[in-house]
Amino acid sequence: MLSDVELAAVRADFPLLARTLRDGRPLVYLDSGATAQKPDPVLDAEQDFYLQRNAAVHRGAHQLAEEATDAFEKARESVARLVGADTDEIVWTSGATAALNLVAYSIGNASLGRGGQAARRLAVGPGDEIVVTEAEHHANLLPWQELCARTGATLRWLGVDDDGHIRVEDAATVVTERTKILAFTHVSNVTGAITPVAPLVARAREVGALVVLDACQSVPHLPVDVKALDVDFAAFSAHKMLGPTGVGALYGRRELLEIMPPFLVGGSMVEMVTMEATTYAPPPQRFEAGTQPVAQAVAMGAAADYLLELGMDHVAAHEVALTRALLEAVDLPGVRVIGPTDTTDRLAVVSFVVEGVHSHDVGQVLDDKGIAVRVGHHCAQPLHRRFGVAATTRASASVYTTLDDIAALREHLAGVRTFFGLS
Amino acid sequence: MSASAMEQLYQQVILDHYKAPHGRGLLDADAAHACGESHQLNPTCGDEVTLRVAVSPADGTPRIDSITWDGQGCSISQASLSVMTELASGTTVEEAESLGDLFRDLMSTRGKGLDDDDAEDRLGDATAFTGVSKFPARIKCALLGWAALRDALVRTGTVGEAQATASAAHTTPTTTTPTSEEHA
Repeated sequence: MLSDVELAAVRADFPLLARTLRDGRPLVYLDSGATAQKPDPVLDAEQDFYLQRNAAVHRGAHQLAEEATDAFEKARESVARLVGADTDEIVWTSGATAALNLVAYSIGNASLGRGGQAARRLAVGPGDEIVVTEAEHHANLLPWQELCARTGATLRWLGVDDDGHIRVEDAATVVTERTKILAFTHVSNVTGAITPVAPLVARAREVGALVVLDACQSVPHLPVDVKALDVDFAAFSAHKMLGPTGVGALYGRRELLEIMPPFLVGGSMVEMVTMEATTYAPPPQRFEAGTQPVAQAVAMGAAADYLLELGMDHVAAHEVALTRALLEAVDLPGVRVIGPTDTTDRLAVVSFVVEGVHSHDVGQVLDDKGIAVRVGHHCAQPLHRRFGVAATTRASASVYTTLDDIAALREHLAGVRTFFGLS
Repeated sequence: MSASAMEQLYQQVILDHYKAPHGRGLLDADAAHACGESHQLNPTCGDEVTLRVAVSPADGTPRIDSITWDGQGCSISQASLSVMTELASGTTVEEAESLGDLFRDLMSTRGKGLDDDDAEDRLGDATAFTGVSKFPARIKCALLGWAALRDALVRTGTVGEAQATASAAHTTPTTTTPTSEEHA
């Protein structure tokens, strides 16, 4: 884990962490799984873009436009470096949800014959299957449900064990020659469990299915190398990795991006337009219709640089210590963890149920002590249904989280059942 | 928020109703009553209630004979259902609608209360939810049961069209998308 000195230095970069709440209470922020706080270099990059370089990118022959384009494309390089991609394999999107929809809609368009002969291999239809998991965030479930509804393909899924792990072993039977797409989360935003990517990719390769990885919860916390993982697509958002809202990225294997028809169409993504037909720009521009969130992309690049400078191995080691501390913190009478209770192959995202107390009430009591946690279904209703609960309370950490933050959680969580007259 | 604001939110009367709620357990519809049922869902937190109301048109004035419900949710939503059940059972439909309007007014006071002794008398235990109106995220919890009652009354056919339209605006539709899912 980070030393006290290192951690203090990191925390000094995050101005919001210094603010106080009602009655002067210090902030204990344990909701980084929902959105992370932002360090000065990210805030500065966004402001600096507007103060110094604001201009339309990829057009215009003036100096500002050149500088803006430079900053925009340098940010793409930074994001590519963070996840081990080539720069032209990174597509800017408005977030991970948009990235996953982009893939699903492009495949839907290919299924309608768009993209010509080359895109035929992406097409899905009746008799084909798309496999997801019961652990998915709605953002990596609904685009596939809808794609199935539009094309007549069938949605199947891998279940989840009692300890919150995806049943990877079921891939042998659920993923078949009919499977065209296998989409799964790298790390569950509820259980914190890390999915073993290699056996799933191996199974997908055996049957010729494409692999789509939801990397929202992994990229901010673990070293992620999309080439080593050998996935075809990976989606992640800036705001969970210390960057701004409104921007995210899609990694796509180059030879796939090249044959994919566009999803959104319009300005900035064409070669030749006539009244009858259009030819589209090569990727990644083909998938970046309209004005992009340029200042936010630049700031996402700064967030990638910030994480790279900290070192993702270092970040991950800190996370391991926080995971252990969080699991110990919620080890209380009447508190049940939804997800793995050992520290291996999981991140510091811990969801739990306080028996007899609704998560909204748990969150309210903690909020009164300045502790910010997430309550509800965390956009993963099927997973909650799997565990027979409507809602959970979730504490999640980031690189700036301290053991004191987690000690505060334990101290006040211990009093919740008493407050509601239950122990 | 000070300890006192916490106590204002979770008043003892709310905690008592939460622990021993009134009206929980659905009664079957019967031919002697005009019955209405409503299912309400708060999609942000998963709170859910199914509520049945039985109305008898004694001497031409529709009166609520019973309110029963089943649901799951936080202390605020469950206690509010319980208090509402006590308050509206045995009243005329018109009075129940009026109480609902008062309660909705109370929820928009940002913790200040209605400043109307007569209205607060009529709301009785429901005034304990005054503290809830300070917390925008929790107001929906307190209103869940009242939305269900309003909708269920409309479905009994004993409430006029104008009110029916107002009620629809307060109902959270729950949509399900049919898909070709198949469990592995």
